[in-house]
Amino acid sequence: MADDTSIGGTRGEFPVTRWSAVVAARSADAAERTRALDALLAAYWKPVYKYIRLRWGKSNEDAKDLTQEFFVRLVEKDLLGSYDPARAHLRTYLRTCVDGLVLNEDKAARRLKRGGDVSHVSLDFDAAEGELAHAGVPGAGSPADVFEREWIRSLFAAAVEALRTECEVRGKTTHFRLFELYDLEDAGRGGRTYADLARQFNLRVTDVTNHLAYARREFRRIALEKLREMTATDEEFRREGRDLFGVEPE
Amino acid sequence: MTWLSDGAVARLRAAGGAPDLSGTKYRLLEGVARGGMGAVYLAEDIHLGRRVALKVLDLPDPGGELARRLMQEARVLARLEHPGIVPVHDVGALADGRVFYAMKFVEGLRLDQHLARMASLPERLRLFGKICEAVAFAHARGILHRDLKPENIMVGPFGEVLVMDWGLAKILGDAQDLRSPATQISAAPPAPMLSGGRATREGSTASTGADAAETAHGAVLGTPGYMAPEQARGEVSRLDERADVYSLGAILKLLAGPSVSRPLAAIIAKAMAAEPGGRYASAEELAADVTRYLDGLPVAAYPESIFERAGRLLARHRVAVMLVLSYIVIRALILVFLGR
Repeated sequence: MADDTSIGGTRGEFPVTRWSAVVAARSADAAERTRALDALLAAYWKPVYKYIRLRWGKSNEDAKDLTQEFFVRLVEKDLLGSYDPARAHLRTYLRTCVDGLVLNEDKAARRLKRGGDVSHVSLDFDAAEGELAHAGVPGAGSPADVFEREWIRSLFAAAVEALRTECEVRGKTTHFRLFELYDLEDAGRGGRTYADLARQFNLRVTDVTNHLAYARREFRRIALEKLREMTATDEEFRREGRDLFGVEPE
Repeated sequence: MTWLSDGAVARLRAAGGAPDLSGTKYRLLEGVARGGMGAVYLAEDIHLGRRVALKVLDLPDPGGELARRLMQEARVLARLEHPGIVPVHDVGALADGRVFYAMKFVEGLRLDQHLARMASLPERLRLFGKICEAVAFAHARGILHRDLKPENIMVGPFGEVLVMDWGLAKILGDAQDLRSPATQISAAPPAPMLSGGRATREGSTASTGADAAETAHGAVLGTPGYMAPEQARGEVSRLDERADVYSLGAILKLLAGPSVSRPLAAIIAKAMAAEPGGRYASAEELAADVTRYLDGLPVAAYPESIFERAGRLLARHRVAVMLVLSYIVIRALILVFLGR
């Protein structure tokens, strides 16, 4: 969707350096700080919103307010200043902060406060609601699982969009389409084989597998770049990468 | 933005963790299993057109301890050419630095999964004999498995048995040649691919350090329930073939089931004796006793009474005994008939 968010906020491209939004969010440089907070907001607003809806059972409107309130507090109260990557995942820390906010919600204070550093990422709550409806009521799982699952979904969705853009720029739309059909779509998946895709795209089976390998490799690279943005230290990044993919990133 | 279902997220997580086989002669097909230090994937060797299993480390650490252990496992397998031991084809490192080796892809079921398909005790015991043969072969080559358990034994569609997962293997005696040409495999700089994956570069590492690490690992690794007591206590220097005999005894116990005859129970008890001195000295001795049991012969582990001996002989020679008894009865009937 045109107004949907993407990780990286207004930058719109992927970092080629090992930039950490967690570190940059506390930068003295206002522009750098805004850029970092945009990235954090883009990565975490949907998990926060869905978590408040699912874990706390808040109404759509209340969850919207609380989500925005949370990110305002993140800036104004410098919540990231208390974050210690050696002690917890960032998402665990943020989830705990969300719990604190909801528990201590002050309806008088819980009003939209726009401005400050967080201002560039539009929050498409309707899309998030649609996703909740699409997913249905989640199965068994702790609140932490809900947040973790939505965070990964958010990260991967952003990486998929970036991969789509990259494939278009590089003239590899077939690669992306194959990736989309084979790895992303559930419908018809049971019977879809490499040979089916080869016939559909008039390719050899080896071309299908090679194209898929390319798309998966690039997806992994992009997802890890985004993950690095959301971590403060190299150790944390490696730990997160291992948790995410079961393999420590190189 | 694309909506990703839970299924799509799971597939992407798996795809993201899958090894990048570009630059190798392998094409990834699917994940097979995941272990503590890596995963096994089904891949196709595109040069030979055959399917292989790739065991790939999770860590991109070509010179590290895990890579050393994986390489040792590959070298152990290369030394153990036996129909009951999975053969290794190739070793190498991926573009991302992860070390791997390629082995035969074994189709079949793990022993614990195959168990329900083996109805009769003799069938199970014959299969056990095959396991013992493979282990005995490794012992003869100076190698202990140290992690024998049903999950590490595969049974193929034709009843063939393959002992897998030699990652904890200990090399006995002076088999130093397996350790010292050490373990440094590198993906960089990329080298022309010949028969394997990325070309390997061998260097040397301090074998004392490697030995120490191995000792440390030996102290903590293994599987409770199948691990010999001395292994569980971390007495690595005491371990010999009888540690594997203990594990084989535990496997035999599983195969024998809950209702076990006294001689077979004695075999199991002897194999699983708390002290190594109380066990069979070798896997061959254990297998030989099981074979004697199968053949209806007295077993070394169980001194039978005269009545048990008579009962066993009767059971063993049932047909002959029945024929003789039938003959006697018929003769008696004839005599009675003629006497009238």
